[in-house]
Amino acid sequence: EFKTDLANINAEPEPRSLSLGGHVGFDSLPDQLVSKSVTQGFSFNILCVGETGIGKSTLMNTLFNTTFETEEASHHEACVRLRPQTYDLQESNVQLKLTIVDAVGFGDQINKDESYRPIVDYIDAQFENYLQEELKIRRSLFDYHDTRIHVCLYFITPTGHSLKSLDLVTMKKLDSKVNIIPIIAKADTISKSELHKFKIKIMGELVSNGVQIYQFPTDDEAVAEINAVMNAHLPFAVVGSTEEVKVGNKLVRARQYPWGVVQVENENHCDFVKLREMLIRVNMEDLREQTHSRHYELYRRCKLEEMGFQDSDGDSQPFSLQETYEAKRKEFLSELQRKEEEMRQMFVNKVKETELELKEKERELHEKFEHLKRVHQEEKRKVEEKRRELEEETNAFNRRKAAVEALQSQALHATSQQPLRKDKDKKNRSDIGAQQPGMSLSSSKVMMTKASVEPLNCSSWWPAIQCCSCLVRDATWREGFL
Amino acid sequence: QQPTQFINPETPGYVGFANLPNQVHRKSVKKGFEFTLMVVGESGLGKSTLINSLFLTDLYPERVIPGAAEKIERTVQIEASTVEIEERGVKLRLTVVDTPGYGDAINWICICLFNTIISYIDEQFERYLHDESGLNRRHIIDNRVHCCFYFISPFGHGLKPLDVAFMKAIHNKVNIVPVIAKADTLTLKERERLKKRILDEIEEHNIKIYHLPDAESDEDEDFKEQTRLLKASIPFSVVGSNQLIEAKGKKVRGRLYPWGVVEVENPEHNDFLKLRTMLITHMQDLQEVTQDLHYENFRSERLKRGGRKVENEDMNKDQILLEKEAELRRMQEMIARMQAQMQMQMQGGDGDGGALGHHV
Repeated sequence: EFKTDLANINAEPEPRSLSLGGHVGFDSLPDQLVSKSVTQGFSFNILCVGETGIGKSTLMNTLFNTTFETEEASHHEACVRLRPQTYDLQESNVQLKLTIVDAVGFGDQINKDESYRPIVDYIDAQFENYLQEELKIRRSLFDYHDTRIHVCLYFITPTGHSLKSLDLVTMKKLDSKVNIIPIIAKADTISKSELHKFKIKIMGELVSNGVQIYQFPTDDEAVAEINAVMNAHLPFAVVGSTEEVKVGNKLVRARQYPWGVVQVENENHCDFVKLREMLIRVNMEDLREQTHSRHYELYRRCKLEEMGFQDSDGDSQPFSLQETYEAKRKEFLSELQRKEEEMRQMFVNKVKETELELKEKERELHEKFEHLKRVHQEEKRKVEEKRRELEEETNAFNRRKAAVEALQSQALHATSQQPLRKDKDKKNRSDIGAQQPGMSLSSSKVMMTKASVEPLNCSSWWPAIQCCSCLVRDATWREGFL
Repeated sequence: QQPTQFINPETPGYVGFANLPNQVHRKSVKKGFEFTLMVVGESGLGKSTLINSLFLTDLYPERVIPGAAEKIERTVQIEASTVEIEERGVKLRLTVVDTPGYGDAINWICICLFNTIISYIDEQFERYLHDESGLNRRHIIDNRVHCCFYFISPFGHGLKPLDVAFMKAIHNKVNIVPVIAKADTLTLKERERLKKRILDEIEEHNIKIYHLPDAESDEDEDFKEQTRLLKASIPFSVVGSNQLIEAKGKKVRGRLYPWGVVEVENPEHNDFLKLRTMLITHMQDLQEVTQDLHYENFRSERLKRGGRKVENEDMNKDQILLEKEAELRRMQEMIARMQAQMQMQMQGGDGDGGALGHHV
């Protein structure tokens, strides 16, 4: 019975509208909402994109009637970078957390191919942060400082001709991510007629190239009319100034020239007032809402689709996002673990391999060492042998020497009476040397010296000794030998 | 006109060569003058308007300004338009060399633009050198660029990297006169600050701009004062216009705003008059400096190279690479086109032979 009642309730197509008998009081709901949000405070984030020096900071100062401390940017930045600065403002009892993001260095580089990219990345990063917060299991969205860009003020250089190519390319990249309000900066350099043509040209180019700029909403009757009028004035031609000039008998914010004074808040001079109306006084909340419900949702859907989510599976059972998210997370983690294991395994294998290799190398080295040792020992042995042989031969020689000496001493007795015939002896000696068969005396001397420095070679040495034995009697030979 | 200084020829000791300046004057009037002015700057800075204002004529009657989409990959072209203007019997053959597309492209094409402009300047020097060395030197036409107005944007804080790079690339080839365009966007204080900033940056980067010669000591005081004022106002901040606006009871050339009228020829409003004075009184000097300094530099470099065609040696390696890449791309496109053509021909050949609707 309970179930059928529920079924009936679900089946009812439309609620009936009833009339009240008296004042109930729920008409205070919007006020409650308002008072709640006032206590909470609002956050509003503006992105300013335009050439260096085009007047972005001055315009911000003029819009919010304060001086945001910013240093003058240089023209020589290597690439575009985004500089967010957050300020806490208060007006009446409403607190505003205002973040102004500046695209520093925009338009200065010689190669401007990738100028839009840091801007797009920044916008996406803010969406990503919000998405992460939203997906958290324990989240605190009411406390979260919303940094998503609510509006992008695109500053157009007042050339009077048309948009620059950089403008077109950049706006096309941004139009699906953020609310773009194009404005013509430093508009006091364009005369009225030129301005009219310029605006038409710009809007024409935007339309023909499919750039979606922010349209002030015309569905709410309270503001539909003024918004429609303002839409026709886009892009707003603005002049900014924080300096005050005396006009008539009051001080107004203006720019003083030798030929006149451009008053910022004079609607005849520029569209500053229109911009302030639209941006701050009328449509600020709509800008925030559009950012959340359109741009953020688009980002979120794309991101989740990328990750593999779908809205519903075959049985048209809506997936719980959380469950799917958890499942995906688990999958991802297990994949991660598996990969880790793989890598660890690979590492271990590699280590083992290397170890084996090293061992092999070690073994080889050992072998070589042994081999060399053996060779060395072999050589040593041979050398030892040779040395022994040499010793033997030396001994043999010494014996021979002794024998020769013995013979010599005999000969000395025989020739001791003729010591003065040295010259003759010399001659005789050379004659004798020449007459002897085999080696000469000088060559035997050479042999001696040779024997002392060269390895023993018995075959050349022994015959020398043998044939010298007959010269043994000569005193001079003996001298040389000794 | 007989000047009164040259007294009675019967004065004792009078030779008569004091008459030479007269003769020079007569001959030069007969010969006429030539002047080539190059104008470089981003689109939309008012270059054409300024040229028209300077010479009080319309040099660009059939001008078509391309939209942003066309400018994305626009290469730089050189457009030279020559006009002959005459004033009190003195003929001036004025050539204005325009560089549409400068600063438009957002990618690598930007870097090739230097070479286009530098090649143009060199080509003129080359041609003159060729004529000068020829056998018949009767009619040498001097198309060399005598002066280059470089337009600096008034919307920034000073020189941009593109400005610095370009001026450094041509300062040894041509007299650079920096001009701040659309000066009606600057208050007097802002103007002084910007001028000082630009001069500082020019010095910082060692850019050689054209310096007015100091007045000779024998010139009169007025002229000296005028020269001093001119020198102090560089770079000139100008506003151009050829529209006649009613202001203070008379018609002046200016721009009409809801808050006032900017008069082009009012020295308190902008430096237009100074620029015009400088250009006119120093036209001869500009030509001389081009002849004696830039041309001679070019000539000696060229002849040292021994008659070979000049390859710009300070071209950055990156530039060379990018150019080669561009060429490769062009070749690839050509090949693709040829392939497509061949395919179509083949298809056309056996088209009736039962091709299965295979679309190329």
